[in-house]
Amino acid sequence: MQALKNLFAQLQPQVEFCALRVVETVAETLSVRQDVQEPLTRTLDRGAMLTVVHRGGYGYAATSHLTASGLQHALDEAKRWAEISATRSVFDYSQVTLPQPTGTYQSPQTSTAPTWNRRELLEILQAESRAAKLDDRIVDWGATISLLHTRQLYVTHAAAVQGDAGVEQEFHFVMPGASVTAFGNGDTQTRSLGGQYNGYCRQGGLEIVQASGLLGSGRRVAEEALELLGAPNCPTGKMDLLLLPEQMLLQIHESIGHPLELDRILGDERNYAGTSFVTSDMFGSYRYGSDLLNVSYDPTIANEFASYGWDDDGTPAQKHLLIQNGILQRPLGGAISQARAGLPGVANARACSWNRAPIDRMANLNIEPGDATLAEMIAGVERGVLMDTNVSWSIDDSRNKFQFGCERGVLIENGKLAGVVKNPNYRGISATFWRSLKRVGNAGTFQTMGTPFCGKGEPNQIIRVGHASPACLFGDIDVFGGEG
Amino acid sequence: MQQAFSQLGDLITAHLQPGERFTAWLAAENSDFVRFNHARVRQAGHVEQAFLTVRLVAGGKQVSVTLGLSQQADADNALVLAQLQALRVQLADVAEDPHLLLSNEALRSTELPVSSSLDAAAIVATVTARAEAFDLVGILACGTIAYGFAASTGARLWSETASFNLDWSLYAHGDKAVKCAYAGTAWDEAVFVRKLDAASAQLLLLQKPAKTLAPGGYRAYFSPVALESLLSMLNWGGFSEKQLRVKRSPLLKLQQGEVAFSPLVSLTENTAEGLSPAFQAEGFQKPAQVPLITAGKLTGSLISPRTAQEYGLTANADGEEVTQSLHMAAGDLPDADVLKQLGTGLYIGNLWYLNFSDRMNARVTGMTRFATFWVENGEIVAPLNVMRFDDSLFRVLGEQLEALTVERALLVDTDTYGARHTASSLLPGALVRRFELVL
Repeated sequence: MQALKNLFAQLQPQVEFCALRVVETVAETLSVRQDVQEPLTRTLDRGAMLTVVHRGGYGYAATSHLTASGLQHALDEAKRWAEISATRSVFDYSQVTLPQPTGTYQSPQTSTAPTWNRRELLEILQAESRAAKLDDRIVDWGATISLLHTRQLYVTHAAAVQGDAGVEQEFHFVMPGASVTAFGNGDTQTRSLGGQYNGYCRQGGLEIVQASGLLGSGRRVAEEALELLGAPNCPTGKMDLLLLPEQMLLQIHESIGHPLELDRILGDERNYAGTSFVTSDMFGSYRYGSDLLNVSYDPTIANEFASYGWDDDGTPAQKHLLIQNGILQRPLGGAISQARAGLPGVANARACSWNRAPIDRMANLNIEPGDATLAEMIAGVERGVLMDTNVSWSIDDSRNKFQFGCERGVLIENGKLAGVVKNPNYRGISATFWRSLKRVGNAGTFQTMGTPFCGKGEPNQIIRVGHASPACLFGDIDVFGGEG
Repeated sequence: MQQAFSQLGDLITAHLQPGERFTAWLAAENSDFVRFNHARVRQAGHVEQAFLTVRLVAGGKQVSVTLGLSQQADADNALVLAQLQALRVQLADVAEDPHLLLSNEALRSTELPVSSSLDAAAIVATVTARAEAFDLVGILACGTIAYGFAASTGARLWSETASFNLDWSLYAHGDKAVKCAYAGTAWDEAVFVRKLDAASAQLLLLQKPAKTLAPGGYRAYFSPVALESLLSMLNWGGFSEKQLRVKRSPLLKLQQGEVAFSPLVSLTENTAEGLSPAFQAEGFQKPAQVPLITAGKLTGSLISPRTAQEYGLTANADGEEVTQSLHMAAGDLPDADVLKQLGTGLYIGNLWYLNFSDRMNARVTGMTRFATFWVENGEIVAPLNVMRFDDSLFRVLGEQLEALTVERALLVDTDTYGARHTASSLLPGALVRRFELVL
């Protein structure tokens, strides 16, 4: 990284602003499916993006040719695009004073890299796979562990010339998972550990594998898949809905996170990811949810998937409440969006890698715990369904009308759990759904989840997001099951 | 680039040890990306990337690594040789792979772009000038895309294209907009202006007071773009042979004869007329056509080499077992008669954010989006506020399917996750008797 900083400092951009962002990635995935090892896949990637603001225009260039001539070529391209866009830009970028940060960030418990004993991990996955094959109704089963190590450098040209270190951040991500499919009587049911899309994903070392519950999950998940196979469909009707954290992560993500992204509110995403029912005049006054709803952007939680020290425009990350006692406070917008909108925001200008430019993304977006135990919430329900682990998600382009499905439901009748139901789904409207929040679980119900697969942006980007939440109880929700 | 890739193939071949084999897959692009908002530039830049996946095989074992290349020969050669040695060490960690299947053929072919004179800056100047009076939002992706395959068999395959894809919308107000696309290998300003004029004419319809429908069943016409959204759900394991075998395919009930699509429905993976390379990462040449659904019945599936080896079949697809060039047979309803035949119901220009609400019954939920209208007695009378649907594809494309259009539209994938995608589809519009709206 130091050599790249030196090369960058030697460039002569002759522009208003220039920054270098370097991303190095080492990734590996181990999987066993139906007791057979899947092919070992690894990725080694290293590249840089140069960003230029020149004459009010903004341009970038991304390259993996990390030599003096490669960086010079990238600078020329970035400057060319800044010049081309200068007279036809949606915003005068010279109005923004971007930070010149210095510092370091490191994922927790990774002062030394996690020990990655491939053979031992493959044996663990084999053991879980073998344990999942309970009988012939189990038709697909497997377990997986992915490890991702990323190093990032962000430095402005002015800082590099002065010999400042810029920002260096090092991340270790661990993503364990398991999934089992059962088939019988013409029906198929799949149950997983943390969701079929790596909902259990965290920063840290291999202690995450232990904490995830992967060990011993093969048999447990298989038993739950078989239980679903024999369960009735989820009932239809308006009733109470108790969501556990493996579903809350998706509920937060789709109907709070995306609508609060400032670039959507500014219209950038209208051709793809969509707009938002939230408008800039709502901040400070709009009732988003009941008094019990407190939502934070919190990049400081140890082990959460999208904790970091600075975003990809160099803004230092710190916790902010986006919704306080149900009232909307501030959007998810980085430095450039804040300047465009004239609103406060957070440090969330993020890029998925060196080959994509930063845009407004969620990072860690969490619901603050309340005071109810899970038992108290169940006891307070006359008729309802507890749902866990997202399996289906759909929401309109303004992030309002949604419909979500879960892997597993449990009926609640007269304050007691009353049997598993399959294909549990529910639908609602964001603008009113959060106002039906009746109880918020305490710290004992709180779980740190996330997703490696948040898609957005043009060109498209998939980024890592963290969501930590307690269990939450909602009233009078449209609930339904599958066909038949 | 092609020569450099071929030389990398030679380099790896020269450094193999006895009993070793390799394959190499290259995915590279030089792309300009320009985002627009309010008919002005939001974010513009250039990306040069090349990713090489090297697979080392010894006996029945395989390991692979994907490397970001600098496209500088000395540095890339050193990186590849170092990683070849690392792969050799990793082979000791893994078990024999009973599903390993690689092509043994020494195929050689080259496809090169018909034109490489695309000028993204000139396109940006045209778009911002011509659309100045409109609220245009979208993205231009422009440049070259290359795929290469090399193997120790001596195979050397190359496919390179130069193209642009302008994916854009014109907004009337709020969430009311017309979605448009213009993709090709040679930019023609006159074509763009014609598309802009057509879209602006639709804006007038979107200015009318919007109608909100009550949940329930309605007659509906799906544009080819909207139909593509429905059919894309069949790529969530639907056509996958592996997913059919493990009972996770949403087309399982179709395979088992419990349900059928309308006899009007015939779908083919048509590699010969697609935009993606005709070869894949294990070195197999894909068949020109793979019939998937014929007259409503499942008649084929997409089989990766891995699945082929596991079940004793013949490979015909990529590892993901998804369509890259889905063609649907045309029907007999002329485009000009669509509104008249629809009578009263929904004209659906676009759908959005589809997902399964009951996968094994192919029941799908999603939203209407962009230019979707309410039609009465064959005339568009109002734009519709967005509505959620929840219905089974077995019904919508089964008993409820009334007609498909004569004309078909070529739809080019606009996805740029990780890299610019090259999938496409050729689809008609579809008229259905009843489509279930729920919210």
